[in-house]
Amino acid sequence: MEFAELIKTPRVDNVVLHRPFYPAVEGTLCLTGHHLILSSRQDNTEELWLLHSNIDSIEKRFVGSLGTIIIKCKDLRIIQLDIPGMEECLNIASSIEALSTLDSITLMYPFFYRPMFEVVEDGWHTFLPEREFKLLSSVTKEWRLSYINKDFSVCPSYPPIVTVPSCIDDEALRKVATFRHGGRFPVLSYYHEKNGMVMIRSSQPLTSTNGRRCKEDEQLINATLGPGKRGYIIDTRSLNVAQQARAKGGGFEQEAHYPQWRRIHKSIERYHILQESLIKLVEACNDQSHNMDRWLSKLEASNWLTHIKEILTTACLAVQCIDREGASVLIHGTEGTDSTLQVTSLAQIILEPRCRTIRGFEALIEREWLQAGHPFQQRCAQSAYSNSKQKWEAPVFFLFLDCVWQILRQFPCSFEFNEHFLIMLFEHSYASQFGTFLGNNESERCKLKLQQKTMSLWSWVNRPSELNKFINPLFEANSLVIWPSVAPQSLQLWEGVFLRWNRSSKYLDEAYDEMINIIEYNKELQAKVNTLRRQLAELETEDGGMQESP
Amino acid sequence: MLSTHISLEDTPTLYSAPSSSTKRSYIWRLKVEQVKLLDRFSTSNKSLTGTLYLTATHLLFIDSLQKETWILHHHIAAVEKLALTTAGCPLVIQCKNFRIVHFIVPRERDCHDIYNSLLQLSRQAKYEDLYAFSYNPKQNESEQIQGWQLIDLAEEYRRMDVPNLNWKLSDANRDYKICETYPRDLYVPRAANKPTIVGSSKFRSKGRFPVLSYYHQDKQAAICRCSQPLSGFSARCLEDEHMLQAINKANPSNRYMYVMDTRPKLNAMANRAAGKGYENEDNYSNIRFQFVGIENIHVMRTSLQKLLEVNGTKGLSVSDFFSGLESSGWLRHIKAVLDAAIFLAKAIVNESASVLVHCSDGWDRTSQVCSLGTLLLDSYYRTIKGFMVLIEKDWISFGHKFSDRCGHLDGDPKEVSPVFTQFLECVWHLTEQFPQAFEYNEAFLLQIHEHVHSCQFGNFLGNCQKEREDLKLREKTYSLWPFLLDDQEKYLNPFYTPSSQKFTVLEPNTVPFNFKFWRNMYHQFDRTLHPRQSVFKLIMNKNDQNKQLEKEIKELESKIKQQKTRHTDTVLTKESLHCIHADSPALKPSLCFKKEQTLLPVNDAIRTIEGSNTADNRYSEYAEEFSKTEPAVVSLEYGVARMTC
Repeated sequence: MEFAELIKTPRVDNVVLHRPFYPAVEGTLCLTGHHLILSSRQDNTEELWLLHSNIDSIEKRFVGSLGTIIIKCKDLRIIQLDIPGMEECLNIASSIEALSTLDSITLMYPFFYRPMFEVVEDGWHTFLPEREFKLLSSVTKEWRLSYINKDFSVCPSYPPIVTVPSCIDDEALRKVATFRHGGRFPVLSYYHEKNGMVMIRSSQPLTSTNGRRCKEDEQLINATLGPGKRGYIIDTRSLNVAQQARAKGGGFEQEAHYPQWRRIHKSIERYHILQESLIKLVEACNDQSHNMDRWLSKLEASNWLTHIKEILTTACLAVQCIDREGASVLIHGTEGTDSTLQVTSLAQIILEPRCRTIRGFEALIEREWLQAGHPFQQRCAQSAYSNSKQKWEAPVFFLFLDCVWQILRQFPCSFEFNEHFLIMLFEHSYASQFGTFLGNNESERCKLKLQQKTMSLWSWVNRPSELNKFINPLFEANSLVIWPSVAPQSLQLWEGVFLRWNRSSKYLDEAYDEMINIIEYNKELQAKVNTLRRQLAELETEDGGMQESP
Repeated sequence: MLSTHISLEDTPTLYSAPSSSTKRSYIWRLKVEQVKLLDRFSTSNKSLTGTLYLTATHLLFIDSLQKETWILHHHIAAVEKLALTTAGCPLVIQCKNFRIVHFIVPRERDCHDIYNSLLQLSRQAKYEDLYAFSYNPKQNESEQIQGWQLIDLAEEYRRMDVPNLNWKLSDANRDYKICETYPRDLYVPRAANKPTIVGSSKFRSKGRFPVLSYYHQDKQAAICRCSQPLSGFSARCLEDEHMLQAINKANPSNRYMYVMDTRPKLNAMANRAAGKGYENEDNYSNIRFQFVGIENIHVMRTSLQKLLEVNGTKGLSVSDFFSGLESSGWLRHIKAVLDAAIFLAKAIVNESASVLVHCSDGWDRTSQVCSLGTLLLDSYYRTIKGFMVLIEKDWISFGHKFSDRCGHLDGDPKEVSPVFTQFLECVWHLTEQFPQAFEYNEAFLLQIHEHVHSCQFGNFLGNCQKEREDLKLREKTYSLWPFLLDDQEKYLNPFYTPSSQKFTVLEPNTVPFNFKFWRNMYHQFDRTLHPRQSVFKLIMNKNDQNKQLEKEIKELESKIKQQKTRHTDTVLTKESLHCIHADSPALKPSLCFKKEQTLLPVNDAIRTIEGSNTADNRYSEYAEEFSKTEPAVVSLEYGVARMTC
């Protein structure tokens, strides 16, 4: 096996494991190609079973010959291993380092994982664009599926099938693609059945400093508007940043060339700014020695909740245009793979009840994140404990999940899923036994043959036994647009993720269980009342019949 | 929240807003039409137009949608007239329950009239002019008396097993001769004789000598309270030293006791210059002295003002919110109070040591720490009745100056301070950490806060028991507690699981990240800032529903039993046939089945969503009213009533 050379010491005895909420435990540490396993010798049970890919960074310390490895995980947990023997400790550390930063995707665990469960429904085929389109085509004929990108030649980060205006042919699309950053021509993101307004997304137009224009691009965008209608272009960059982009060949839509559209600039941060924000926030949460002032100032300085507010505000603005103003919107930033997707997906959650169901939310992630080409592999390579200054990492999807959590907290009965579902997605986007979040776009996933070689996350999640854990007991389908409050007083730190390993949630969990008990008991009682009523009614009619008969 | 309850929500309490039936009898002193009520946070100056009325007790605004906003005059903390605008004359009213309303009155003259009237009405010079003296809840005299007798502190001390071998009831203060701000009945160590008491009281600020606040039966340890000693730099008092010895001796399980000075050390030292100060460990045998550093009433007042100022800002950024929260110091103070209470509880639980708590006068910080400490120790205070007893004991009877601190009368603004509000907030933080430990919910805390300031009931008027007796509050006003108890359904925590033992100690974690801004208190009237669906209300409804369903099941079962016995009595032979029917629903008449189906109490009968509008959330300027769909309300009673007839 190719990992053998990376594992210098496969097994060490008398290792002591320290981790949050559990007493320290001594056992045998084993390294495999993909896991770090610690089993206590007493009853041979595994105390720890950790994916190497979940390891964000490690630190070594020595006191005499006793070595200590501190492992910081991408799910924000921190564990400590005390390893007797300096050589063993060094070997283990270097093995973990090598195994947690494998270069080749095909060496990663999803390619080796063999599920222990029966696959009822193959998640790779659960959300097919054709099926999604069927819903759309039953209400409007203005949109068509285009297979122009079937070999990923027009836009490498787009899926093979995209939805575009019916009146625009593939030839025009090809031209528009040359006018948009990375070939990401405007495509349909969401159709609002209530009033026929749409949300489309793209990347920035390549207007550059000389004000280049593209007739086909203008036609395509105008084709999404009804006659005499106006639309809004929401640029997720500040005007300043958008103007600067022209020097690098990018730019924004000139109002003169798109007279039916009004452009609004909203500033959503990207890349290292977000990554630093995450690092600072997690650092603040992990240091329990802070006094109140320091905690509050660190929380503020992290700017995490500022980013949340910016993203939610922009999503709400898009929703407002569509639902309130009866106007279509085009959303883009620079590449159209990050802030653009945060806005389009959150807007759909606010607008569309279907997206608040488990299936609908999965479909949304499939559509607006995976197929839309959010570069998961790059963005989620490292989490809050990374010290490498690579510029591609950013908690873009993580922020999206946090925004969803904020809305869920404000509308706790409007979502079919609960917080655990969001936490599960956060974990799997960073490290997983499933292939779903591997690769940066459909083209890469195709080349990796993920469908054949790995298991889809949805195959596992959608099994009733798993799904049960993620069902929100309070869910009552609600067809309204759910406007969240974005006031700072209304936003909260996502404790379930950021404080998860720092404080016990015992009492909160017990209260949650009690809540489920009350709801279950209610169902039971209702069922019983129904049975009894029926029984009584039967007795009464029977009685009535008998009284008549004599 | 149910749509039908919206008007209730906006009139904060059942009591401070007259019911619609009594409303008509109110005489308007002043009526101004075409007044605009501005949205506090809207940047687009969105407003509602309506009519403003002034009554003897309330200010009422009825908007064009007939929605009523009632504001009790006593709740008004400040009225401010802003510079004239083209739209009219702006009038900002700040309330003690943290409601802030912003009116625009078309004519300046009217605005001036309202302003002057409100200034007059909201600041009374005499207790007799407060609402409580005119409020009539239609109780008869015996109900009124019973109401006042609901909380009996002698009974509470008996519950703690006092008097006992070591603690006795002292009659020293029967006539308020020793300490005017203490209650008549005081509990002291059995070894403390009259001269010790008198001597000690002379050595303590305002005569507030050490007395029993709480006795922990299990540990035999006591929580005592007093004011600072008049020690200056070197003075000592043998009787006071005897007093502390007596307290120490009254606890057979530990030879030392703690003396907690709840002030910052610097403050306590400064007091020495004024002939006051703190206990010298050399003079008192077997005491362990400890400062816990809670700031004084002035610091707390300024802190809250700062916090409210920041949070009232339009278009507040996340950054400004957190830096405002930090610089106000509010949560730091809350943490300090809670930490002190934890110290107290630990001394009792872990060391079985008695603790003497004091600050300067022993009626602000001392009340906070003693009451919170016992709340951590004794689960009784986590029940609705127990919490009332706790407030009655450590706050009302021991002379927390409610009238001064809440500014009930037009007095010294420097005496006003949110000390009791802080106590409630600490309790709220505990309910957040221990969601199943409290019988009461947040609404209970908010309601108490409301009435501490409303002056509608007699409980919180005056600054000490003697003053209350002189005012004859028991004859002339009503007690709040029976009204809260009558309504206790509203204040029950659906998650409450009573602890099996009396002494289940709460051990809260006071890491800073566990402290949150209490939005439901400080923004209780800013509807748009809150979650639009409440898990709490939903679960409370389910709980209510469950109780009714249980009742119905019993009724149905007894009816079925009756039917069955009638069956067996009349037609014994058909019994077997009947059994088959009961088990096979397919055989039963379809008509009957259908009828039942429509009458079933629908599982999601109570939809708890509230519509919201974009303007509230200030995404941008262009916004319209969000059309609310009526929540489907199918009440259970309705189903039952139809079923039985």
